[in-house]
Amino acid sequence: MRKPVTKPEQKRKKSKFGDIWRRLKKNKAAMISLFIITLIILVAVFADIIAPYPYEQQDYSATYVSPSLQHPLGTDKLGRDTFSRLIYGTRQSIQLGIVAIAISTTIGITIGAIAGYYGGWTDNLVMRGLDIYQSIPMFLLCVTLAALMGPSLKNAIIAIGISMVPIPARMMRASILSVREMEYIEAAKAINAKNLRIILKHIIPNAISPLIVSTTMSIGMNILAGAQLSFIGLGAQPPLPEWGTMISDARNVMRDHGELALYPGVCIMITVLAFNLLGDGLRDALDPRLKN
Amino acid sequence: MPALLEVKHLKKYFKTGGGLLHAVDDITFTLEKGRTLGVVGESGCGKTTLGRIILHLLDLTDGQILFEGKDISNPSKKELVKAREQMQIIFQDPYSSLNPRMSVSETIMEPLILQGKLTKDEIMEETGNLMDIVGLAERFKNSYPHELDGGRRQRIGVARALALNPKFIVCDEPVSALDVSIQAQIINLMLDLQEERGLAYMFVTHDLSVVKYISDDIMVMYLGQMVEKAPSDELFSHPMHPYTQALLSAIPVPNIHNKKQRIIMQGELTSPINPKPGCRFMDRCRYASPECSEPQVLEEPLPNHFVACCKSNQKEEEEK
Repeated sequence: MRKPVTKPEQKRKKSKFGDIWRRLKKNKAAMISLFIITLIILVAVFADIIAPYPYEQQDYSATYVSPSLQHPLGTDKLGRDTFSRLIYGTRQSIQLGIVAIAISTTIGITIGAIAGYYGGWTDNLVMRGLDIYQSIPMFLLCVTLAALMGPSLKNAIIAIGISMVPIPARMMRASILSVREMEYIEAAKAINAKNLRIILKHIIPNAISPLIVSTTMSIGMNILAGAQLSFIGLGAQPPLPEWGTMISDARNVMRDHGELALYPGVCIMITVLAFNLLGDGLRDALDPRLKN
Repeated sequence: MPALLEVKHLKKYFKTGGGLLHAVDDITFTLEKGRTLGVVGESGCGKTTLGRIILHLLDLTDGQILFEGKDISNPSKKELVKAREQMQIIFQDPYSSLNPRMSVSETIMEPLILQGKLTKDEIMEETGNLMDIVGLAERFKNSYPHELDGGRRQRIGVARALALNPKFIVCDEPVSALDVSIQAQIINLMLDLQEERGLAYMFVTHDLSVVKYISDDIMVMYLGQMVEKAPSDELFSHPMHPYTQALLSAIPVPNIHNKKQRIIMQGELTSPINPKPGCRFMDRCRYASPECSEPQVLEEPLPNHFVACCKSNQKEEEEK
């Protein structure tokens, strides 16, 4: 009589993601964001094909030209095509945003989960360590790390990722502290669940919501931090374009050619907004309690 | 054959800023297979803590726990895993005792997955069986706890506790968070399961009418100590400890012509932090006298009827 149970059960496993997807689809803002993010990633991947000029090609006879058919967004002080540089810049900026956040969130969640779950002296040790860590201004730490490792985009990403660790770590710990006291954690212990399983299966899914939003917010922050590093020569190395660098380059000519700062600025804004809205939608979609 | 569960001089003290909090202080009892021990007492008397300690969700300070004659007071990891397959717990609040991100079937199969003895198909089958046993329709298996009412949620909790086929279940006020009509359903379910599987329950509650209905023996706790323990009928017909008497007088009687004398307790609950050696109920007791500040000894004035009160004999004589 119970035989047919297995089949629909197996189907259900797949449909768990289907469920999330179905809920996400209902959120228009999230879907538009997802579309934009996909677009941005495609642009980054196919930059060579899309961009009309190589990013480093200079033309001293045509500096600061206004937008035209030849140069859709004009050129910069060295006569490089702004549109092409924006497109190539997507690669660097997206890497900065996503890879750095992946580093900081992974380390942060691990540290935060350990501190929050085990509590007691483990918690004290980890949190006091983070206090010391955070007493160093984040950007200073970032600069120091990047300088130690040598100026390159890769090192800038690692430096940003590492210096951002305390934010997700603290958030994870706080969130876990409240979930840890729930009776279902005791229930899990009573059925012999190991600590790792309790953390991964029972605590993190219930504690992750606030983190999803803050993580997507941090993507924007990371892009900007990357720009700051580039500004002092520790990030993307010229002539490699990167949105933040482009803004800081345009800073000198802001009064006469403000649009040069505007284009990458708008790109950063759209990217950040898209990630935020997607994160928002994802948080709601991941919560079965909001299923309707 | 040794008793299913033997608890000897169990103590649990918590360190607090103000001193040692005596949550459970020198509790001794035995529980046979298929029997139910009701544990009653007011909030904060340590009855929940007692259940948690037996399952090793909390460590004990002192004392001994024997399960089927085996000492599991300080178990190794292996022994603990084994012991917990025999002992389970049903929680008070069916809202916080279920992981909101896990569906009904996921919650119920979790213990089976963790046990790792069955194949995937067998686990699915067993999950279906368990849902059948506790009266959850199969259509709920993909539902999430928040979609179900309190009674159904508590059924999930019962199914989870049953999954490993334990011999002993701690029921930590399993019905106090439910509506009265649903309380009866869950209690009857538990009684049926007891009959079918020979389960032993330790039924922690503050609801006296429930405990009378379900228990074979009743233990009354006051500030971490056992003040009286007797077979259910005996305790209700012939309570000896003044605290038990006061408790029983508080049960509402649905009969306006037969109003009974209510014993109103005076004073406040004494603090469980660094208690004095004497009777802990002394400050609220109407029979209190200087002898009560001596440590109280648990006596057995009638067979199987234990009471820790130096006055219990005298009072009886007065009554006669």
